[in-house]
Amino acid sequence: MKKIIITDSSLRDGNHSVKHTISLDSIEKYCQFADKAGIPIVEVGHGNGLAASSLLIGKSPNTDKEMLTVARKNLKNSKLGVHTIPGLSTIDDAKLAVDYGVDVFRVATHCTEATLSKSHIEYLAKTGKTVYGVLMMSALISADELVEQAKIMESYGAEAIIIMDSTGTYLPKDVEERIRKLKAYTNIKVGFHAHNNLGCAIANSLVAAECGADLIDACIRGFGAGAGNAPLELLLPVLEKSGFKTGIDFKKTIKEADKVMDYLIPEVPITTPINVLTGLTRLFSGFEKPIIKASKLYGVEYSSLIFELGNRKLVAGQEDLILEVAQKLKNK
Amino acid sequence: MKIKAAILGTGNIGTDLLLKTLKTDFIEIVAFVGRRLDSDGMIIAKSKGVNISDQGINYFINNPKCCDVVYDCTSASDAQEHAKIFKKQGIKVIDLTPAKVGDMCVPDINSEIILTDSNVNMITCGGQASMPMLYLLSKHCKGLEYIEIVSQIASKSAGMATRINVDNYINTTRKAITKFTGCNNTKVILNLNPAEPCVDMQTTIFVKTKDIDFKNLTEKLLDKIEELKTYIPYYELVLPPTMNENGIVVLSIRVKGTGDYLPEYAGNLDIINCAAIKVTEKLKESL
Repeated sequence: MKKIIITDSSLRDGNHSVKHTISLDSIEKYCQFADKAGIPIVEVGHGNGLAASSLLIGKSPNTDKEMLTVARKNLKNSKLGVHTIPGLSTIDDAKLAVDYGVDVFRVATHCTEATLSKSHIEYLAKTGKTVYGVLMMSALISADELVEQAKIMESYGAEAIIIMDSTGTYLPKDVEERIRKLKAYTNIKVGFHAHNNLGCAIANSLVAAECGADLIDACIRGFGAGAGNAPLELLLPVLEKSGFKTGIDFKKTIKEADKVMDYLIPEVPITTPINVLTGLTRLFSGFEKPIIKASKLYGVEYSSLIFELGNRKLVAGQEDLILEVAQKLKNK
Repeated sequence: MKIKAAILGTGNIGTDLLLKTLKTDFIEIVAFVGRRLDSDGMIIAKSKGVNISDQGINYFINNPKCCDVVYDCTSASDAQEHAKIFKKQGIKVIDLTPAKVGDMCVPDINSEIILTDSNVNMITCGGQASMPMLYLLSKHCKGLEYIEIVSQIASKSAGMATRINVDNYINTTRKAITKFTGCNNTKVILNLNPAEPCVDMQTTIFVKTKDIDFKNLTEKLLDKIEELKTYIPYYELVLPPTMNENGIVVLSIRVKGTGDYLPEYAGNLDIINCAAIKVTEKLKESL
């Protein structure tokens, strides 16, 4: 039975769906569960990772130090992971995270910008900590282009390359092509991070595993940005029934999937019509709220707005253009 | 009399700066120095009849006193090494990397330091774009608590040195904010955006303050922008200062380039080079 290493991103990606306000108590409780259930890597922090608390993305009431220290205290066997985006965080932030006891650093860039990770990956690789490279919004480029970017991160010393379907766009055949090529053309572990905009988070994660992925991300109840991620309690049995081993206690997990509703998750993510449309048009899931706001303000249908934004190939960080496009649509 | 200047580093910044200096009537480029003769910048320089060299810093060791001032457009770590050599040779350095060797300079605020200092630092593109606005804004604030600046630049306008230096970019820009506004609590974010067509450089400033005097603030900022436009032609206030629901003051500026080397979207290259030339102009006044 092939072993799949699961990274639980609930305490990081889940922060997107609660405006980065997951409490220290919740982190403590969830880490206690994760540790007992044998989850290999638990990712903790602001939705955009280390040092990301900002007016631009959202201020977190808790510092990185507070969040990571609480998590560390409660993770005896599980490794503690962080997401970190160069341009938002610096190596100084990573150094502090090393001091707080982080084991796994997931250095992330937009899928075309792997070279931005050079100094961060090289530094972290020297510390002896585990360093993975992460390519976000990966559905925006072809499988071959993705391989090129992955090789860049590999050359810096990344031990694995994780592709994120941040727009929730992939169908199983897309994942199959990408994971197979990454496995064939790189010599490091390959990972996959799903979003559920087109209802394929579980199917895509399974296909990734079948095509040789070594690492798969999941969140309890799919607790993550937009339409959410692959639900952990669902992924585990699907993987086990397909002949993969995760080493995670399913009984504890299915129980916790109920309990988290009392302390962690105010609303289980569902795939809304807007999520479907942004998935299809390869738009960042985080555009959901600005799109609703702009369509109301200018009295344009959000569907036509989304298609127009998709035509313009907007990427994350261009929220300011949503109003402009809505205004132009109104005047048409 | 012209200022004799050399450009060290033939990447995006160096090449754009070369084309800009050639348009002035007070700077003479005595050498364009890098490491690879087949680089795009070298080929352009040669076609313009500029003296080129692939000897890097050794060119200056072999040709001491070849110029009054050198523009260092290499990387932060290289610029630190170069600074020692130029200091020995008595050549002034206008440093376009975030090496932080010399004092930080924004022409609109403190260009006179070029007259006395041996090395002045042009901070960063985000620093040059935001500092004139922040400096003026800070004079209207009482009890500045927090300043955040977010810059978006087109992916194609960021070369490898910029990418390797991304931490230096953040740290240097933060130091500049503290120096010019007195605020110690700062955050700087840089986004590289690969969208096509390429996005223009845009910088958004968030300020949290106990009290702000909004009276005539927008007018004063617009007046300041008219002044800035004499050396940064396409500097534009795209979002005037606005108080949001949380009492945070937000404003946005956009800087387009003049398209000397890279296309117009590369306002980030443009602004730091415009600033470097403006500082050189100050030096010329002293001659």
